[in-house]
Formats: sequence, C-alpha cells, structure tokens
Amino acid sequence: MDLYRLTIHEASKLLKRRKISSVELTSAVFDRIEEVENKISAYLTLVKDRAMAEAETADNVIGRDEGKPLTGIPMAIKDLLCTEGIRTTCGSKILEEFVPTYSSTVVKKLNDAHAVIVGKTNLDEFGMGSSNEHSAFMLTHNPWDLTRIPGGSSGGSAAAAAADECIGAVGTDTGGSIRQPCSHCGVVGLKPTYGRVSRFGLVAFASSLDQVGPITKDVTDCALLMNEICGYDSVDSTSVPHPVPDYTEALRSGLNGIVAGIPKEYHVEGLNQDVSQAIGNAIKALEGLGLTCKDVSLPHTEYAVATYYLIAPAEASSNLARYDGVKYGLRDAGSGDLMDMYRNTRSKGFGPEVQRRIIIGTYALSAGYYEAYYGKASQVRTLIMQDFKKAFETCDVLLTPVAPSPAFKLGEKLDDPLSMYLSDIFTLPASLAGIPGLSVPCGFSREGLPIGLQILGKHFDEEKLIRVAYNLEQATDHHSRRPKL
Amino acid sequence: MKITKEVIAHVGELARLHLDDAAVELYTRQLGDILTYMDTLNRLDTKGVSPTSHAIFINNAFRDDEVKPSMPVERALTNAPESEDGAFVVPKIIK
Repeated sequence: MDLYRLTIHEASKLLKRRKISSVELTSAVFDRIEEVENKISAYLTLVKDRAMAEAETADNVIGRDEGKPLTGIPMAIKDLLCTEGIRTTCGSKILEEFVPTYSSTVVKKLNDAHAVIVGKTNLDEFGMGSSNEHSAFMLTHNPWDLTRIPGGSSGGSAAAAAADECIGAVGTDTGGSIRQPCSHCGVVGLKPTYGRVSRFGLVAFASSLDQVGPITKDVTDCALLMNEICGYDSVDSTSVPHPVPDYTEALRSGLNGIVAGIPKEYHVEGLNQDVSQAIGNAIKALEGLGLTCKDVSLPHTEYAVATYYLIAPAEASSNLARYDGVKYGLRDAGSGDLMDMYRNTRSKGFGPEVQRRIIIGTYALSAGYYEAYYGKASQVRTLIMQDFKKAFETCDVLLTPVAPSPAFKLGEKLDDPLSMYLSDIFTLPASLAGIPGLSVPCGFSREGLPIGLQILGKHFDEEKLIRVAYNLEQATDHHSRRPKL
Repeated sequence: MKITKEVIAHVGELARLHLDDAAVELYTRQLGDILTYMDTLNRLDTKGVSPTSHAIFINNAFRDDEVKPSMPVERALTNAPESEDGAFVVPKIIK
C-alpha cells in the first residue's frame, strides 16, 4: 500500500488501530516528496527532521489512546501562516529570511492536535495572484499537466494535496485563493465564512476578506479539518463567537429538502464548454439525488471584479506599509537616508504584482480619488451582499463554476494583469459578501484537467456546503482519480 | 481620470516605492487599463447606499483588561535587521 495516497480519515483509522505508525506515514510522505517534488515544486520549505520528531511524539500520544483525528497526520501549510521557528516567506523576497517568533492560531491548533507539519507551500507573493506565478521564488506546476498553472494563490497547498505530497493541507482565501487552485488541481477546498477561523498569525493581505481553510483529498477530510481549525479566538477581534458544530454530522444526511439556486449571471460569455458541461452534469447528478434546483439572479455579479480589485489592493496597500526595513525582513539602507531606506527596501523586496496592487490601492485611497474609487467600491460591495441575501431567502445553497476555464498554461496571462483578474469572477462575489464557498471536483475537461463545482452558502452554514459536496462525491468517482506522475 | 506618468510617480512616492522610468511607463499603461475597467462601477447609481467595510456584523469586540505575559523584548527583536539596547535601529532622522 502507498501510504502517501491515504486521506486523513483513512490514515487516522489505520493509526488508531496501530496498523501503521505516524513515523511510517510521515516517512512515506517524504519519500513521495523526494520522488515527485522536482516536477511539482509545491514546497518552499521542508522540515523533515522536525516532522519526524513530531511523528514520534504523535505515535506516543496514539499509544496512550489520546489521539484525535489529526494526530500523526502529515500536513502542508501555506507559507502565509506564521510557524514558530520555521521560515515564513509569504512568497516574498522581503521576508525571505523571516522566522516567526510565534505560530498562527490555526497552526497552534494543528500542533495541539499533534498533527505533523511537513513544510510550507508555495504561493503568489502575499496571496496576490491566481496562478502561483507571482511567487518570488519558484513556479509550482499543476500535477495533472506540468505545463499548466496549479492556480493560486494557495497553489502549492493544492498541488501538494493533489500530488500526494501530504495527507492534508491548509490554505488561505482572499478572493478565491483556496477554491480556484483546488478546482484546477482536483481536490476539495473550503473558504469558511469570514470570522469562522482565526486570522491571528495569518500575514495580512486584505483584512476584511482573508480567511483560512482546509485543502483536502476528499470531503470527509474537509469536515475533519474544519472541526479542528474553526472557532473564536480572543486575539483576533474579527473572529466570531459562533458555536462550532461537528462538521462530520453533515456527512450523514441526504439532499431531500435542500434547494439550490443556479445564478443566471454565472453563465457568462466565454465560459469554457467543458466547464459548462461538467457543471451541468453535476447539477443533474445532484437533482437525481433529491436536490431541488431553481434559477436565481445575482444582478451585481458583473461588478465584483472591479469592486474586489479596488477594495483588496486598498487594504493591501495599507497592510503592506509595515514592511519598512525596520522591524523584520529585508533592509536596503541605500545612501543612509531614512526615506531612501524605505524606498530601496520596498522596491527591492516586493515583486511586480505586489507593487502593482500597492499602487492601485494607494491611488484608490489617495486624496481626491477616495470617494470615486474606494468609497464607490464599498457601496457596490453592499449591493453584492444584498444580491446574496435575497437569493438565500429562497435557496439553501448556490451552485456555480469555480473558474471560467480549466487551468491555463504557465505564462499565458502573466503579461496581462486585467485578464488574470477577470478569471476570478466566480469566486470574488462570495469573498466580498463574507459567505462560505466550497470547491469539489465535478468532472474533467477533454484534455483531462480537473474541474470544480463551487457551492456557496449562507454565513456560518458550512455544514450544508459539506453535505451537498459529500453527496456529489459519493455518487461520482472524480475524487478517486489521481494525476499520473 | 486619465492616468499620467506624473500620477504614477506621485503615487509611487506616497507608497514609498522607487519606480524607475521603465516601471513608471509600465504601470501608467497597466493602471490606465485597469482603472478604465473600474469605471464600469459608475454605471451603478449608489446614491443612498451605505458602504460595507466588513461583511459580518460584529459589535465592539471587548475583552477584560487583564495583564498577561507578552513576548520578551529580545525575542521581538530577533528578526530586526539592526537592533541595539533593546531597540530597533533606524537611520538618523534629525539632521
């Protein structure tokens, strides 16, 4: 048996029954990394010695019958989450040598459950990108077709899960950064409701949008990981004190009584035929399982890209002001003048996409343009939220594509930022509204590239997303297909 | 609003970025395209619509004012490019 192929729930069962040890499982994952990482480049940092020690501890915990579902499970962490003692680069030159002195709450929860941290995964710099091509360090390749992007910004985590270079992974999503790479890599990804998971120790990109979530090989694992990472955190004042259910309960119900809305605005011109067909098939399959579908309208969908690409850069330009060469990260002193140090440090440390967004955001917030750009976008955000509120008066969930096409070729959109931004159209509205969104494999293109279905729900109703996704997964075999590497 | 090289140079100054001529040229063109696209928002009448800065309603997030241990100074300084006597060192500001 290839242990690295296991899901969290399969591995957890074997660990509990002492059929395998975490040391064996973790070794198998590192052997797999040795075998395929030169093709994929999912990891920026690997911490094998530390991981093997954590695996040994986990085996002791299991030996005392004190194990939890994640105990001894090798996990990949997006390199935007602080890990005490492990370099955290955010995919940026400006933090190339940064070793955090504390861990993010999510990582701490995984440590407390005695999960094993394998390493830190590649991403678009500070999460800004949809292809992972904006990492300052390397290109990650899509395991299904090495000439294509894995998606982004959590492309490293999604590729690592798809290539079995970990058992489960954690990503972050600001405008689609969990859902889109999961769709492109054929794995399951959930962006929880804003405030569901603590952002403490998540390096800030756009604070009103950023959220941490699971990236897993199947829906059961998604539920298990949600159980572990959700919950109020006193050191994140935007986390919400809302009770955390047992998400695995959502795996026990069928679809009778669930009403799904199909937003007509998501049938956009230019939607790839294979994507359209895969989504159509998934909807038909779900209807066959008892789901009721109806047409709904989200009239402000077409404004989501413009709204998001004003709000997110505005917040980013403010958040990234902290990289000034003083407290941590790169410093380029230049002539020795303070202003010179700021400018040199930031121009040398930030890549072109980050600089572009800082410029957009600074412009949108600057005197004379604030009302016309940031102010206007914040109002349109209200209209987008109202669209969802209205739709959810008659629906439990919404079903949409995740991305307008399967994974595009590396380099294809690199010189055309606007066309890259437009490919985020289906994931951005939910981010602006703070609602949860899940991507589940629902088919393949004629070229054999995975396609994801996006399931959106009401605030704090992740259970219904998991329920719908699980029913689809059990009725199809898309999740059992693995890339040949 | 037309994006000129002067606007980009000014914004670069505000953002503390050193932009050379090629960068100013590139961002002037790209930002022009992007902001023209953003102007589609002006097709919407938003008179009287209140802005959203936060998608989830939260009341003031109060907590008890308890003194808890915080990170020791030496530890907080471990990533500083330059530090001395428990403080960050910056270039001389007062001439």
